Amino acid sequence: MRLMGRMGRWFDQRLQLGKPMMETLAHPVPRETASWFYVFGSAALTVFALQVVTGILLAILYVPSAAEAWNSLQNLNHQVTAGWFIRALHGWGSNFMIAIVLIHMVQVFLFGAYKFPRELTWIVGVLLLLVTLGMAFTGQILRFDQDAYWGLGIGASIASRVPFIGPAIVNLLLGGPIIGGATLSRFFALHVFVVPGLLIAFVGLHLLLVLKLGINEWPMPGRIVRRATYLQEYHQLTRQDGIPFVPAAVWKDIIFSGLVLLSVAVCAVVLGPFGPSGQPDPTIIQTAPHPDYFFLWLYALLSYLPPASETPILLIAPAIGLAVLIALPFLAGEGEKSWKRRPIAVLTVLLAAVALGSLTHLGGYTPWSPVMDAWSADPIPDGYLKGRTALERHGALVLQVKQCRNCHSLEGTGGLRGPALDGVAVRLTQDQLIRQVVQGGGNMPAYGNNLSPAETTALVAFLETLHPVGQAPARDASQAANPR
Amino acid sequence: MTISSERPSRRGIFLKLGLLLNGAVGLLLAIPVVRYLFSPIARERKPGYRAWVSLGAVESFPAGQTRLATYRNPVVTPSDGETASIPCWVRNVDGKQFQVFAINCAHLGCPVRWFPQSNLFMCPCHGGAYYADGSRASGPPERGMFEQRYKLEGGNLFIEVGDMPTPGAVASISVRRAPCA
Repeated sequence: MRLMGRMGRWFDQRLQLGKPMMETLAHPVPRETASWFYVFGSAALTVFALQVVTGILLAILYVPSAAEAWNSLQNLNHQVTAGWFIRALHGWGSNFMIAIVLIHMVQVFLFGAYKFPRELTWIVGVLLLLVTLGMAFTGQILRFDQDAYWGLGIGASIASRVPFIGPAIVNLLLGGPIIGGATLSRFFALHVFVVPGLLIAFVGLHLLLVLKLGINEWPMPGRIVRRATYLQEYHQLTRQDGIPFVPAAVWKDIIFSGLVLLSVAVCAVVLGPFGPSGQPDPTIIQTAPHPDYFFLWLYALLSYLPPASETPILLIAPAIGLAVLIALPFLAGEGEKSWKRRPIAVLTVLLAAVALGSLTHLGGYTPWSPVMDAWSADPIPDGYLKGRTALERHGALVLQVKQCRNCHSLEGTGGLRGPALDGVAVRLTQDQLIRQVVQGGGNMPAYGNNLSPAETTALVAFLETLHPVGQAPARDASQAANPR
Repeated sequence: MTISSERPSRRGIFLKLGLLLNGAVGLLLAIPVVRYLFSPIARERKPGYRAWVSLGAVESFPAGQTRLATYRNPVVTPSDGETASIPCWVRNVDGKQFQVFAINCAHLGCPVRWFPQSNLFMCPCHGGAYYADGSRASGPPERGMFEQRYKLEGGNLFIEVGDMPTPGAVASISVRRAPCA
């Protein structure tokens, strides 16, 4: 121990870092900030450290070549000792990091921590959210599988819609005319050098600002932030009722970070690594690509936006959203901090949470996509065939063979793109059914060219049987006196 | 030793000269760096970027049918692997007229699948659907499928390809049926 002490003194005589470090660690913070609500920033930093370590471990064996990447991931998953676990840690660490960053952001927003004088801390935080999402997106590309390949196609298609320079952006993004080796290696450079470099720089700036300006005090309803008096009030608060950050406040950060790391490890052990899914071979088209969890909401949004407004919304909405986030501390830099006195702030968070949650939920089961194998995999329920005429049964066959089930469900099986057909005869008369089948409309393709008159007749005859027992099918009112 | 703004000292002038020198060298170095970074855009001017590739004998595409064909992209780098093998849909309209569609959906580029039973192309991503001639049937796409130029030469079907079609870059690709050679 004495040797350690002597060595420590030897280094400190030269580095002279001991005193400023001790002062920083023991700087006083407002008493109420030693709270379980103030642990998310440090937890995000801890998970980032885990990502750096596991990322370096993966880079030892990962091959950033479009020809080799997928195989090198298989090798990591199945051949290398604990390779699957390092991949799982990195994958789950990424999910945890985004989740914690979002929670941290909501907490900071609800506690009014972005107000004077911490505007720049908030803006750097917004940039940190962007680079964290950038890490997630580029990381998803490095798991070079079918989802990554077609995800790049989606990214390129969005980028191409930028007026005038869209095609040039696509070439720059892909590193060439197609998704290939150059694409993967540039995303590798982004994921491993460029974006983490930005992330480290922003984290450093963010921490420096927290230390310089002091941690946000616990918001008390009625304690109003004013530019003229805030700094004096804050220093009074820390001087009179402050506690040293180490050890009085930091122990909660440390325990929470430990629990988060443990949770990442448990998820990694129990649920394993993410993918890779199928090989990134574009000639294998039997695939339904979907993005990682934290981009599912965007995937859902892209299917629900009206086609005509899609391009402007895709290109303009992110800019507006970013502008609003950056403008926030300037628009509301003073005033109440407590969420108890800021109903609009609370409602904004709830609205965003409900919107993102609903879209994510929808993105999980993609009701807008045709179920590509429903026509051959989901038979017509028996009950719909019992006691039917030969013509009606032939119609059921047409319904199946013409892939109507890919978009229309019967008894809950089949696609959800179009309405369920279980009670279609109650909604549409015979004439309306024929017109809908032949001409399409309302987002349904026209089948007039694909069905012979006999097939159409049979199909409509079957559809007319689809009504609940005891409920009459729809009839044309003008022909009511002349029942069939 | 303060830097006076009134009478520039010799050291002050050397400092400025030094900064100027570094700035000039930085600018010189920036030229190749920028050209390197933007080479994927400039590459379009090089020959062979867009080229005619064969999809095989015309007989392998029977009249009245739509079949999947694959080709190697004309521009390939050693690390491309399987990603340079690209599929497309070939429709033999009537034995004389052909249509060749890119695999990519005109919405966001996902791989569309052909269903001969219902004569529709369907996209698995956001539910776009197209008729047999590639025109839009339903869903989020704003237009029909991307069509590629083709020609028949020596009993083989050739198409002109080179870059992945995207909704914003259609001007170069959406040329409808080229005259048969």
